[in-house]
Amino acid sequence: MPLNMVVLIKQVPDTKNITAKAMNDDGTVNRSALPAIFNPEDLNALEMALSVRDEHGGRITVLCMGPPSAAEQLRDALMRGADAAGFLSDRAYAVADTLATAYALKCGIEKVGDVDIVFAGRQAIDGDTAQVGPQVAGAMGIPQLTYVAEILELTDTHITARRLIEGGYEIVQAQLPALLTVVDEANEPRARRAKLVPHYKQARTTLEVAGQIAQELDPEKGKPDKTLLAQRVEPVVADLAARKLLIPVWAPADIGADLAQCGKKGSPTQVKNIDFVTLVATDHKTIEPTQEGIEGLMHELIEDHVLD
Amino acid sequence: MPKRTGGVLVFAEQDGGKIADVSLELLSKARELADALGQHVAAIVCGHTLARQPAQLIASGADVVYVADNPALAVYRTLPYARVVCEVIEGAAPEIVLFGASPSGRDLAPRVAARLRTGLTADCTNLRIGDHTDPVSKTEYKDLLYQIRPAFGGNIIATIVTPNHKPQMATVREGVMVMPEPDPTRTGEIVPVPVALDDEGELVKILERVKAERTVNLKGAKVVVSGGAGVGSSEGFELVRELADVLGGEVGASRAAVDAGYIGRDHQVGQTGTTVRPKLYIAAGISGSVQHRAGMVESSKILAINTDPEAPIFAFAHYGIVGDLFEVIPMMIEAYKHKA
Repeated sequence: MPLNMVVLIKQVPDTKNITAKAMNDDGTVNRSALPAIFNPEDLNALEMALSVRDEHGGRITVLCMGPPSAAEQLRDALMRGADAAGFLSDRAYAVADTLATAYALKCGIEKVGDVDIVFAGRQAIDGDTAQVGPQVAGAMGIPQLTYVAEILELTDTHITARRLIEGGYEIVQAQLPALLTVVDEANEPRARRAKLVPHYKQARTTLEVAGQIAQELDPEKGKPDKTLLAQRVEPVVADLAARKLLIPVWAPADIGADLAQCGKKGSPTQVKNIDFVTLVATDHKTIEPTQEGIEGLMHELIEDHVLD
Repeated sequence: MPKRTGGVLVFAEQDGGKIADVSLELLSKARELADALGQHVAAIVCGHTLARQPAQLIASGADVVYVADNPALAVYRTLPYARVVCEVIEGAAPEIVLFGASPSGRDLAPRVAARLRTGLTADCTNLRIGDHTDPVSKTEYKDLLYQIRPAFGGNIIATIVTPNHKPQMATVREGVMVMPEPDPTRTGEIVPVPVALDDEGELVKILERVKAERTVNLKGAKVVVSGGAGVGSSEGFELVRELADVLGGEVGASRAAVDAGYIGRDHQVGQTGTTVRPKLYIAAGISGSVQHRAGMVESSKILAINTDPEAPIFAFAHYGIVGDLFEVIPMMIEAYKHKA
């Protein structure tokens, strides 16, 4: 039985690869030096949806809330086999905590409509909170299965899955619709499909089209006459849509989202302050990697009762 | 906003009757926070046939224990637990609610926060009470919960507040807060919670549950020898294990090593793993990211072995060896065997 599925994805800075090159001289990290990537566990979530579609048929829509650059991740998802994309990108969504993010995504899922399963990665590698998945499920009022490693059975009405718990696992059965958060142990995400790459490379959001044409019309400031811009943009967008290469951008009004619950306004938590902690050397001793140096070290550790 | 008098509430996680260490640790922090607010400490425990757990929670610092005892709660499931916890919160009106950041806690806390439309901060490394002035409106807030946690990369420690929503919620990982000394002479109130569910108990069924006893005890170890990406393979971890065994310690790992599959997640040390405070922490082939540091920085002595002299870990290690762990560790084993 074909299933209607949504996969929630996020573009994140590559926090797993903070090398010396990404560090400033004062010991802080240069965020802009970090490449933006597909959140790793969201790839596992997408892979799980694709496997379900392989076996049962259905349709996969990927949704992403993010800044304009995150369109890249939607293109990537389409190249891996997603059927459609929806991009929640608007100033009104910015500076959202997990609750405001979950609210907006819930509205996006409802716009897709009649969804049987929502897949999300367990957590994003920048915030590491693992909160958005459960909060979307909470906002939708549907069962959540977190830490899912494997789907064992799927019928029209129920899903049976293996989820990880502390020190082991559970086999659980949930009524559909349900939301799953997927862990990296679940699968090996498939690569982009060779045939789809050149096709979806051309996919654009309306904002990207407008931005590009604005730049062509007014190379100096990128702010041409609005009517002229609209005239030029319209046929390009129509052509992309006809070739199924248009990535829709949804503002709050497009998804029936209450502005007061989006973005900073909709975020109960706020950052009060940030301290830049520079790593300080305390009483630091360099030990030579020689037999002598190491014997001296072990002797000292024993003398000081650090080691028994 | 009218003052809430429900105190500081701790979700006491239990499995098979045993209360999770992290919940007991949270009780000691809850006591500090409650004292600062002039309020009491409460705990909520859900399960079936709960007999001695309420008394244990009182001994560990709870003044009030809400007990939800019902067959539908015998084993943790999101929907029935969320319903009961939300109802207790709505009735008791706590200022603050704390959860351990265990897999269950991370499943439950966000669901509860979403239901209550309030803020939740994950993996806090510190919590305290303080004042806050909104930078835009200039409104002053007194006695808010400072939810402190390292934020991604960049050596950033963020202080997060929830000024306009209640309760203020946070999750904390095991080992971050201190385990309290139980005091069996303490007294407290036990409040049974009536449990009435609609379909919450029916939507998800647990068909099978397989749980092994924890084999890794990082928190209690006096010596931790951790391997990072530099170990390169699971075979490489045998050398790390050998050093740990010789020194009477436990094996730890960085997230990179766990993600690469060299060793199990039970061994992970760091902000999203276990927090440890051993007398000696040996970091072999670990670069020393902020997230890893958060999990071991309070070790009495830190010894780092890395081939990269620029590795951030050398900035806060007490002893630094720039070298190959596959050469250095055997030398350490030899030297220790001769000296000890």
